[in-house]
Formats: sequence, C-alpha cells, structure tokens
Amino acid sequence: MNGTIKRAAVACLAMFALLMINVNVLQAVNAKDLSDDARNTRNFYERYAVQRGRITTGGKVILAQSKETDSNEFKFVRQYPEAKLYAHVTGFFSPESESGIEHYRNDLLDGSSADLLLQRGIDLFTGEPTRGANVDLTINPKAQQAAYDALRQSGKRGAVVALNPKTGAILAMVSLPTYDPAELSGTNKSQVFSRYDELAKDKNQPLLNRNIDRTYPPGSTFKVVTAAAYLEDDPSRDGQTVVDAPQVLKLPNTTVGLPNYGGAACGSGQVTLVYALERSCNTPFGSMGMDLGYDKMREQTERFGMGVPVSVPMPVAKSDFGPREDQSAVAMASIGQRSNQMTPLQMAMIAAGIANDGTVMKPYLVNKITDAKGDTIDEAEPDELTEAVSSETAGKLRDMMVSVVQNGTANQAQVSGVQVAGKTGTAETAEGQAPHAWFISFAPADDPQIAMAVLVESGAARVGAEATGGGTAAPIARTVMEAVLK
Amino acid sequence: MPAKRRLAQLVMLAFAVAITMGAYANVGLAMNGEIPSGMLTYGLSLGGLMLAAYLVLAKFAPWADPLILPLVTVINGLGLVMIFRLSESPSKLPSATLASPNSQILWTLVGVVLFSVTLIFMRDHRALQRLTYTAGALGLLLLVSPLTPGLGQELNGARIWIGIPGLGQLQPAEFAKLALVVFFAGYLVAKRDVLALAGRRLLFIDLPRARDLGPVLITWGVSLGILVMQKDLGSSLLLFGTFIVMLYIATQRSSWVIIGILLFVGGALLAGMLFDHVQARFEVYLNPEDPELFKKIGGSEQLMQGLFAMGSGGILGTGLGQGHPELIPLAFSDFIFAATGEELGLTGLMALLMLYALLVERGLRTSLAARDPFSKLLAGGLSFLLAWQVFIIVGGVTNLIPLTGLVTPFMSQGGSALLANWILIALLVRMSDAARRPPPQAIQNEGMTQVFQR
Repeated sequence: MNGTIKRAAVACLAMFALLMINVNVLQAVNAKDLSDDARNTRNFYERYAVQRGRITTGGKVILAQSKETDSNEFKFVRQYPEAKLYAHVTGFFSPESESGIEHYRNDLLDGSSADLLLQRGIDLFTGEPTRGANVDLTINPKAQQAAYDALRQSGKRGAVVALNPKTGAILAMVSLPTYDPAELSGTNKSQVFSRYDELAKDKNQPLLNRNIDRTYPPGSTFKVVTAAAYLEDDPSRDGQTVVDAPQVLKLPNTTVGLPNYGGAACGSGQVTLVYALERSCNTPFGSMGMDLGYDKMREQTERFGMGVPVSVPMPVAKSDFGPREDQSAVAMASIGQRSNQMTPLQMAMIAAGIANDGTVMKPYLVNKITDAKGDTIDEAEPDELTEAVSSETAGKLRDMMVSVVQNGTANQAQVSGVQVAGKTGTAETAEGQAPHAWFISFAPADDPQIAMAVLVESGAARVGAEATGGGTAAPIARTVMEAVLK
Repeated sequence: MPAKRRLAQLVMLAFAVAITMGAYANVGLAMNGEIPSGMLTYGLSLGGLMLAAYLVLAKFAPWADPLILPLVTVINGLGLVMIFRLSESPSKLPSATLASPNSQILWTLVGVVLFSVTLIFMRDHRALQRLTYTAGALGLLLLVSPLTPGLGQELNGARIWIGIPGLGQLQPAEFAKLALVVFFAGYLVAKRDVLALAGRRLLFIDLPRARDLGPVLITWGVSLGILVMQKDLGSSLLLFGTFIVMLYIATQRSSWVIIGILLFVGGALLAGMLFDHVQARFEVYLNPEDPELFKKIGGSEQLMQGLFAMGSGGILGTGLGQGHPELIPLAFSDFIFAATGEELGLTGLMALLMLYALLVERGLRTSLAARDPFSKLLAGGLSFLLAWQVFIIVGGVTNLIPLTGLVTPFMSQGGSALLANWILIALLVRMSDAARRPPPQAIQNEGMTQVFQR
C-alpha cells in the first residue's frame, strides 16, 4: 500500500502547493487591485487612521485639526473650529476626496510625503504612530474676520483677497457664499455626499473660491494697467500729462462709440492723466489703449503676472487680456471690458506690484510646515514673480492712486491717518444684471503693508454718474486695511 | 530505529505556546496599548494544558511523532488569538460581537482532555477495526441526526446542527467524519482484495465488477443525501473525496479515482441543475467581482470581503490588531483564514499553510510506517481528511475552488470541530506511537533456536 500512500502524499502536497500559489497571487500579484477596490471599505477607514496634521494660521489659530475618537473605524475625525470663515482656504476632508490646502498639502498633512520619510523611519523603530505634518498659513486672522464680516454685510456674493505686497503672502482670502467644511468632512458618506450635491447644485456656487477659481471682467480697476503701459511707453509722461478725454470715443468699424460712465463728460475734453483716473473716465483710457496697441497692452498685463501659472498652492484660474481682435476691442479691453477677464487675486497682484515698486511677488498661502514635534520642515521664501513696471512708473501710479482715494471715486476707502492708494471699478456683465463692483488698493502708500482686491458680484447699483464700485467695494477694503494696519 | 525525541517535543511545545502568547500580547498592545489583562491566566492555562497533554503523551504514547502535538498547538493557538482579536474590536458587526474567545479556550480545554482520554483509554487502535460496522452505523446516525424533528436546527441555510438542551449546539457531522473514516478503513481492509483484483481491462483501465461498485455508490448516495437534505456542500465533498482516496490507497487501482471523479462531477452537475444555491455558488466562483453578484443577497460580497482583506494585508499584513478583519462576514469561522491573511499577510498565511502541510505530512509518514493495513488506511485516511478539509475551505475563501462552508481545522470558532479534530490527532498520535515503537526484541542465545526477522 505504500506506493499509493506516497501518491496520496504527493496529491496532498500538490493541494498545498496550489493553495500557496493562489495565496501568493492574491496577496502579492493582485493585492493592489483588491485593496484599492472601491468596495473595500478599509481605504475609507484608512483615511481616518492617521492623525492628520493641523492647519493653523499665524502659528496659533487652529483652522483644522484631527481629533481622536473612541471608534475603531474612524480613529481620527477632522474638525474645523473656525467653521465657515476659512472654508475656501482649508477646504474640506471628505470620505473620498479633499479640497483646498487639505488637498494640495495632503501628502504632508497625512504624513506620506517624502519630506517626512526620515521621521516615518524613526517612528517605525520607536513604535510611535505616524502623524502628519502641520501646515501654518499666512492669513492674518484679523484681516480674514474683517473681510468676511464686511463682505457678508453687503449681502452679496463676492471675493476679498489681500496680500503682503513685499512678500506675496496672502493675508486674507474670503469668498461668499461659503459653506461649513465640517459638513463635508464627516464620516457618514451618504450624508456628506448629499450635502455636497446640494452645494454643488446651488446656483450661488458656494463651493467656488471666487478669488482664484474664476475670472471676472475687471472694469475700471484695469485702467491702472493701461495707465502703467502708457507711462512705461514714454518715461517723460507722468500724472500731469494731458490726455484727450472726449465725451464719446469714436471706435473704428462700429457705429457705437465708447462713452464715459453714464454718458458724462470728462472735464473739458483735455484732462491730466491723474484727473482721468480720479474720475475713471473711459474715453482717455480707451484711446490710450488704441494708441499703444494690442501687443503693448497685452505685454503690460503679462508683466503684472497674467498668464504666469500660479499656485498658492491651489492653482489659480488663468486671467486673460482677451484675444487679438480689432482696435475697438483693444479700447474696450483697456477699460476692463469685452474679453478682458481677471481673477480677483490677479487684480490684487496688480495693486501689490505697484505697491512694491513695480515688482510682483509670487502669492502664497503656506507660511511654514512643521512636523508633529514642531520642528520646521519647510518655510516659505518670498519669490519674485514678475517685474511689472519700473520703480519710477510705480511711484507715479502710486501717487495717482492715492489721489483717486483722496479726491476721486474711492473716497470711501479713506483710512484716517493712513495714506491709501486705490482704484474703483464697475464691470458691466450680462444685459439686465447689475454690474460687479471692484476695488483694488494698497496702504500705507509710502510703506505698503497690504494690497488687496475686493469684488462684489452685481454689487454696483446703476445710479447717477458716479462709478459705484466705490460705494460697495471700497468700504469693505477699508475695514480690512484698518484691521491689518491698526 | 526512530528516536523518541521527547525533549525536542517539549521545547517545540513551549515554542508553540510562546508564539501564541506573543501574538496574544501583540493584539492587546496594538488595540489597547497594553498587555491584555487576562494574559497570565491565559498563558498559564494554555501552557498548563499543553504540558498536561505532553505528559499524557510521554507516558502513554512515548514513541509518538514529536512534531504532531506542537504543530496542532500553534495552529489552535493562532485560531484562539484571531478569535480574541475579533472580539476585541469595538465594531458592532457580527464578526466582532459573535467572536467568543472564552468559550473557544474552554472548548480547547475539553479538546485536550478528549485527546488525553483517547490516548489513555485506547491503548491499541486496532480495537477499532473490530468496530468497523458499529462505526459505520454511528457515522450515518450522526449524519442524519440533524434531520430529526425537534433535535435538528437550521443555521445559515444548512441543517447540520443539533441542539442539546443545556449544552448548546453540536455539529454531529464533525464526529461522523471520524466514525466514517474508521468504517472506511475497516471495510476496505476486509474487501480490498476483491475490489482490487476482480474486474476486467478496458482501454488501459482496470474496471471493477459492477457489483463491487456497491459501496462506492452507497457513499456517493450518502454524500448527495447530505447535500440535498442538509444543504451542506462542504461535508458532502469532504466525505466523498476522502472515501475515494482511501479506496485508491487500499486497492491501488486508479480506476476508482476516475470513477469517483466522474460520479462527483455527475453529482455536482445534477446538484447544480436541481438546486439554486449550488448554482449560485458556482456563478460567484466564476465572477466574484461582478457588481450585480456583489449586491445580491447570498452573492459574492462575503467572498469578496475576504479577498479585500487579504489584498489589503499584502505581503507583510497589517499586523495583529491593526487591520479590519471584522468587516469580513464570519471572520471567526469559515473566513478565519482570510482574517489571518489580512493581519499576518502573505508571510503569515504561507507559514500557516506550511504548518498544516507539515501536520498532514507527519500523518502520512505514520501511515507509511504503520505495520498493518488497517493502521495504514486509517492514518492515511485521517491525514487526507485533514488535508482535503484545509484545501476545500482555504481554496474556497481564496476562490481557488467554489466556496463551500467548512471549518478551518483547529482555527474556526466552534466546539464540535475542535473536539473531533483533537480526537483525530489523538488517533494519529496513537498510531504513530505504534508505528515507531521498536518491534519486540528477539531473545538471544536461546539454545539453537534461530530467530528470523520477517
């Protein structure tokens, strides 16, 4: 019988060999497919198994943190102590995705980044659980709160973004309407997803970060760019240079001319450049644009950073001066209409570039990365983005923008004891909709600490001849500047 | 002449207990950050238990294979650890709430007691040969007992339980398997010559006589009966396969294997046509990833959860207490292999399969070394039963073959299987003792008498 027993033994060995091969196929060859399968809820739990790093700002205000729970499935849940205030900055941490800083610094926050490799190695040996790195932001909590409150008071949709013109650090970034990131960061999938769908379908688009996710016609705020191109074109020009300011600018190839706002006259028809900016006359800037031509206008806009890909670290939508068309299109684009489309951040960068002697700094949100023990892993280093104008031109523009606030359309942006430079804007949108109100500014004019852009969607009322961007947007800017400077 | 190697066995036994205790502490440290509070009692009771088993073995079966007991100890210990680990999970899923390590360690205790009792009271296993037909009748009786109204209970779709008032439930089929293997061995020893020699040759195959097909057909009928009446695919396959292999060992005729396979395939096809649940299992086997099947009740979700667990475990596993084996339905019983795979990884499963393979191999060595045909057949049959059972359930949860419910020997939660398997091990140990014991020495210098060794 021994022969057959041996054969039975071989059969048994073969069975074990088959089992072993199959287990190898499952756990080595197919392991990734199986573990990544959407139906494998372990990945879902895995998201909550690591203690994610904190998101703070100014080194102390906690914007997002992971709190340990008693649950086995969800060991750590994400909390947002500031609720809606920083929603578009921090983003959310949902069961399957994340947004904002939570997304663009995910590998640091969850500890998987290569920068944390050494720490992970040490943790492995000391038996410490891996913890994510902390991300500290550049936001000034006072500015953020002021911007949020002031914009909310307007009752409109809109965006406020403030920069430190000398470094590019983002001091405030508010977009309304907004949402509570906690609602999208729960562990109850169906609840989170239905809330997300609700927000995504909302026609007011609360999920959108209006500062960087979309563009708007910049309206008259763009006149500072036209003025910059005009001054750069001939260094002998300055604010006192006299320019043509007809009541209606004749546009080639069309029967309609370009009027001033509300059809008003602009001085006597021959005005100084500073007067044209103070009054925000359309005709002189349209005319300047046509004289300079498409290429020079576009080049100047690019020198302010348009077209340079920027991530803060969230990617910023592309601003554009508009395609090459006829002269009348250049005239319209030179006053911030037609196909001219800018993000609020781009407009803030224009103000910041003028404030910083003509140099545009690269905007950024992340100030510092520290590991779980508090040791610095990475620290932001201010970086030049572009050279927009010469420092002489910057000085001339600054004086003119100060004059706009002191004598012109932006008197509501005045801060007592501080020289504020600014420019209002009223951007026509679709027929029948109220225009957007804009305001870009920086202060103090002689030593700028803050440069910003305010956009209030459909925030300008069509009343009288005044460019009403000053009425809604400028006071918001004032509150934020006061919060930072005082 | 084989050595006793008793000290080696003691050291290996201590090692097996140490592995189990290490794993136990690991679970506590990983899940609660501390050594489990019951560690000392647990360690002492398992250690004491195994020491007692060792002493019984050393006294009553000193020549037994030294590897068998340590191998069983470490497999049983790992099963206990996994069940403990599942019960520690704070999850509300049934795999966590239904895992009961305390009752399992109690059953282990009873199992070791039965092991000892078997060794102490059954000094010569050949006594079983006299009980061939009694064992056969007992086996059949145990098999059909769950069908008795009032006694049998249906659970998870299979009617394989009997309720014993005050004691809980038992799975008589687990004991029936042992009785039937004893019966097969006894019967085949008696009839093997007829089964082996009579017949005629057809196309290179020696076909048996039609009337000798009787026992095969009866076993086949009983297996199908289990399948039909109790919806227990696993036991049916287990019994029939073991019988065919024993028939082959006894008769040395491969035609039996071919006939057996043909009968099995025919039976399986028939069952597939007649019963939805057999067909459903087969569909799941072919297409476990299918989203439709995944959603279906009784579909592929259970299997896929096991595969997900193993995939997530990968090569090194998550570590004990650090995965989510509670997500697998029946992680403490049918799917304990997948649960182990998640936390111990491919490495752990390869080691575990190696332990089973070694155990089976030691059993087959006993069969080879045995001196009489009954012992050979019984040891071979029991060893194959073990290997076949591991193949069916592990192959099932890893989707190598269609999934049929069976316990993973010595690991799955449940008293009946544990007790039956400990008795199986006692039988193997008893036979290995007999096989390795040196034959009585011839008395030298007895006048002119010559002693010839046969």
